[in-house]
Amino acid sequence: MTATSIPRLSLGTSESIAARTVELRKVYGSGATQLVALDGVSVEFRRGQLTAIMGPSGSGKSTLLHCLAALDDATSGQVFIGKAELNTLRDKELTRIRRDRIGFIFQSFNLVPTLTALENITLPMDIAGHSIDRAWLDSIIGTLGLTDRLTHTPSQLSGGQQQRVACARALTSRPQIIFADEPTGNLDSVAGAEVLGFLRRATREFGQTVVMVTHDPVAAGYADRVLFLADGRIVDEKTAPTADRVHDRMKSLETPRADVAAGVA
Amino acid sequence: MRHAALKSLWAHKLRLMMSAFAIVLGVAFVSGTFIFTDTLNNSFSALFRQTAPDVTVRPAHTSAAASGGFTSTDTRVVPAAVVGLLAHLPGVARADGAVTDQGTFVLGKNGKVVSTGGAPGIGDSYDAAPAADGSPIITITSGRAPAGPGELMLDQETASTGGYHLGDTVHLVTSGSQPTVTGIMVGTVRFGPTGNTVGATLVLTDTRTAQQRYLGGANAFSQIIVTGDGSLPNAQLRDAVTAALPGGLEAVDDRQVVQENQDQIQSSLSFVTTFLLVFAAISLLVGTFLILNTFSMIIAQRTRELALFRALGASRSQVTTSVLLEALIVGLVGSTVGLVLGFGLAVGLKSLFALFGLDLTQAGLVFNGRTAVAAYTVGVLVTLVAAYLPARRAAGVPPIAAMRDDVAIPESSLRRRLLGGAALTTAGAALMFWALALGGGLTILGLGTLAVLIGVMLLSPTISRPLVAEIAGLYPRLFGAVGTVARQNAKRNPRRTAATASALMIGLALVTTMAILGQSAKASIDALLSTGMKADYVVANATQAPFSATVGTRIVAVPGVEDVVPMQYAAAKVDGRQTAVAGVDPVQLSRVVSLTTESGALATGPGEVLVTSTAARDHRWRLGSAIMLTLPAGSTTQRITGILKPTEFLGADVIVAPATLATGGIAPVDSLLYVTRTPGADAAAVAAGISSVLAPLPTVTLQDQAAYASAQRAPIDQILSIVYALLALAVLIAVLGIVNTLALSVIERTREVGLLRAIGMSRRQLRSMIRLESVAISVLGAVLGIVLGLVFGISLQRAMTGQGITVLSVPVGQLLTFVVVAALVGVLAAVVPARRAARMDVLAAISST
Repeated sequence: MTATSIPRLSLGTSESIAARTVELRKVYGSGATQLVALDGVSVEFRRGQLTAIMGPSGSGKSTLLHCLAALDDATSGQVFIGKAELNTLRDKELTRIRRDRIGFIFQSFNLVPTLTALENITLPMDIAGHSIDRAWLDSIIGTLGLTDRLTHTPSQLSGGQQQRVACARALTSRPQIIFADEPTGNLDSVAGAEVLGFLRRATREFGQTVVMVTHDPVAAGYADRVLFLADGRIVDEKTAPTADRVHDRMKSLETPRADVAAGVA
Repeated sequence: MRHAALKSLWAHKLRLMMSAFAIVLGVAFVSGTFIFTDTLNNSFSALFRQTAPDVTVRPAHTSAAASGGFTSTDTRVVPAAVVGLLAHLPGVARADGAVTDQGTFVLGKNGKVVSTGGAPGIGDSYDAAPAADGSPIITITSGRAPAGPGELMLDQETASTGGYHLGDTVHLVTSGSQPTVTGIMVGTVRFGPTGNTVGATLVLTDTRTAQQRYLGGANAFSQIIVTGDGSLPNAQLRDAVTAALPGGLEAVDDRQVVQENQDQIQSSLSFVTTFLLVFAAISLLVGTFLILNTFSMIIAQRTRELALFRALGASRSQVTTSVLLEALIVGLVGSTVGLVLGFGLAVGLKSLFALFGLDLTQAGLVFNGRTAVAAYTVGVLVTLVAAYLPARRAAGVPPIAAMRDDVAIPESSLRRRLLGGAALTTAGAALMFWALALGGGLTILGLGTLAVLIGVMLLSPTISRPLVAEIAGLYPRLFGAVGTVARQNAKRNPRRTAATASALMIGLALVTTMAILGQSAKASIDALLSTGMKADYVVANATQAPFSATVGTRIVAVPGVEDVVPMQYAAAKVDGRQTAVAGVDPVQLSRVVSLTTESGALATGPGEVLVTSTAARDHRWRLGSAIMLTLPAGSTTQRITGILKPTEFLGADVIVAPATLATGGIAPVDSLLYVTRTPGADAAAVAAGISSVLAPLPTVTLQDQAAYASAQRAPIDQILSIVYALLALAVLIAVLGIVNTLALSVIERTREVGLLRAIGMSRRQLRSMIRLESVAISVLGAVLGIVLGLVFGISLQRAMTGQGITVLSVPVGQLLTFVVVAALVGVLAAVVPARRAARMDVLAAISST
């Protein structure tokens, strides 16, 4: 892979962009308790890439993910999923976008405890009332090594297995983009590596677009591209990162903040 | 999605079952009532069909006079000559004259009356006339037809209950001039091909004997049974017969007779239906709360799951639908179980009614499609309505909640509820005030009461916070830290606490109302008797049936008896409305009980009536108004010459002279005698003397003032105990609600419970913490319920002073017991949830999300 640096605002065609934001601002509260979570973020996510969003806690990385995933609305600015501008859509249309174009992977897996693994995987199709592409489903299940776990309920699965079920669930409906919120946060390093390896394979082999929020440099090391957020702004990005480089960058992001905090105190 | 909803339902099955219990009970009441009334109608209509002849000829207006609460015997007759006249009409195969009486009771071998409760004792003449269906009206099942005054037949049920066999001598009590007669049983019978007597007793003699016994020996009949030769339909035969009849008689065909009888049965039993359906409504109302609460809590627990559905692309309406789908299934299951239970209830009602003389033991339960439709409609509808609000709220879960740990479903503010509740309570109170202070009537009072009840239910989350604080105020001092936490917990979710307590509140409000009303009614009777009763004895028939007037004349002759005042009652129409009319000389009556005239005079002569002020107000009558009195013999105009203060001693709102009833065609039989003793006479001797007169009449009893008072109080206690039993079910539902709420709050607070245990709270302390919360909720419900019950009970008593409940008496001890019982109920309800909380693994509890 060539290590040419990609400009911050990519000039890619709209076909090659799965999601993007323009001057996205998100402010919580008002007056004295006002908190600026996102302060003018403009970013694009290319198709078929695994992007990691990193930043210290409170940097706004989760908020960015929520806004991108049509779970939270922007205070100002624009969010696009494909060509659809989310801020202009109503609840019904947002629901449809979440249903048909977005996949989710959560830190705490969020499987429905009463359903079996297979039922959890097919739940989005079930909700949408779409028929299931059996071959596609089988290939995902095979790839994730879940074939003999399909009739188990979440409580009978290990954390790694649960997260793999969640990955399968996110992929079955062939969403345009998958958002993963700290997908390895509740996993040990081996299980985490499995999941991350799979997410990378999904981008390589199926051309899946994945955006992942993480605070783990090792996890970010699996990404094609890492965005660094601090105080609601994108402060840096790296392509083809290694865990060490990410680690160093994170350190440099966190240290000045600590100085500031010390200075204030 | 549907699949996920079903799975979730299954996961919560126990909890939902508890809430479905309310639906089960409500539906059981509804379906039980329908099954029972259908069974009742079916057996009666079978009986009526099997006994209705082609055409019946009888004195005109018979049906109008017959359909009333009182057994008043119509003295008018059909002349014997008419039989011959009709027998020769074209199309008529035969005409049989029949004599009937409703006051002939059979004494069993044990000397007790065979029939029970209010079932009629029928004394008929026997003939072989067929019913409209061609089979004989009376089928002889053993022996032969009676011939001569010394012989009779009984229906087979009565014969076997009385212990009589062919050839035995049977003792009868009649309302005729001869109070007791005997006869040898020569045969047994049944109605029609299959019919039973539905609890009535049937005595048959030959026609001549019946004429002697009931018509004073006149050659006449009560009615003529006309049988066609098949050439004419019954309706045409009826018209042909009508054309041939002399004046004063009427002819009706079989359909009319069946219809008349059925209408009469239906109207006299409609109160039972109403009563049971009211309880169905109460348990469904209480159930609504339980279901609403359960669904709210299940949804609160599933917030993350629902948010996940939303994040995965489920629309709002999909979420709502999935919750309603669960409700639908709960409703269907509850209705089905309720329907089955309804059968059981119908069986129970059958045996209950057998006690009151309505013997349906031979009737199979009748299940109409309508019963199932009503059961499922009611059950499913109530469940869906109750689940609708929680379902709507479920749809409001934001998808982002799937990403967060601690989320609460956004709740609408209590303000709207507060305003609505306050408005409704105020409106209800205004209606109650209107009803009480300005004479708006019971309906207005009922509406006002309902509005206040619902209003307070809406207000309850707001009221409950300070009230719970008050109720649990002593907890911290009594139970230390555990008490403090319990108090906080009870105050934590006022909506839920209030909804849980509301179920208990409704139950206790009703129980309290009934307790006050019952106690007041009893106190009123005591007050009435102690101030208004001057008679020393009351002679009355235990079967409610009138007895021979000769009883009174013989009691007057007993040494030491000063005065006997007989009371007669008749069912009549006054100004076209069904009304009970008392026949008594008011001047005489005023010597034995206190009567107060509000205007006019006490004396009544021919063409004169007295009315109570209540009736006067209802009918807008004044002194001197003319009223139309319809008795069997026809309608006459009467003038109101006095208006009386209503009193229970009258037993009716319209009072005429006994002679007026006699000329109207009512048999001169007495229903009640007031007897006074000569001052100074030996009480024991007088009582013994009267008893010896009554000895041959086992159904007629002598009561002194104390016995009379307790006899008057007894039915109130009976009704109260039935009402209490039914309301206990409502309270039981409420208890299940508390169990449910506690169980769910324990689950919801798993982490917190784990934390409390981790920092050193013992299992025992934890259990008592949950128990205390439970007690606070149940006492809250009890206090609210009793306060409302006090308001309702006192208002009802005030409103019912006209119906004789003149004295207010609040059973304070009983009400305090209710509170104590409620606290115990709270302790009981907490047993299972507390045990569950105590068993929780501390580590797992803390780490759970």
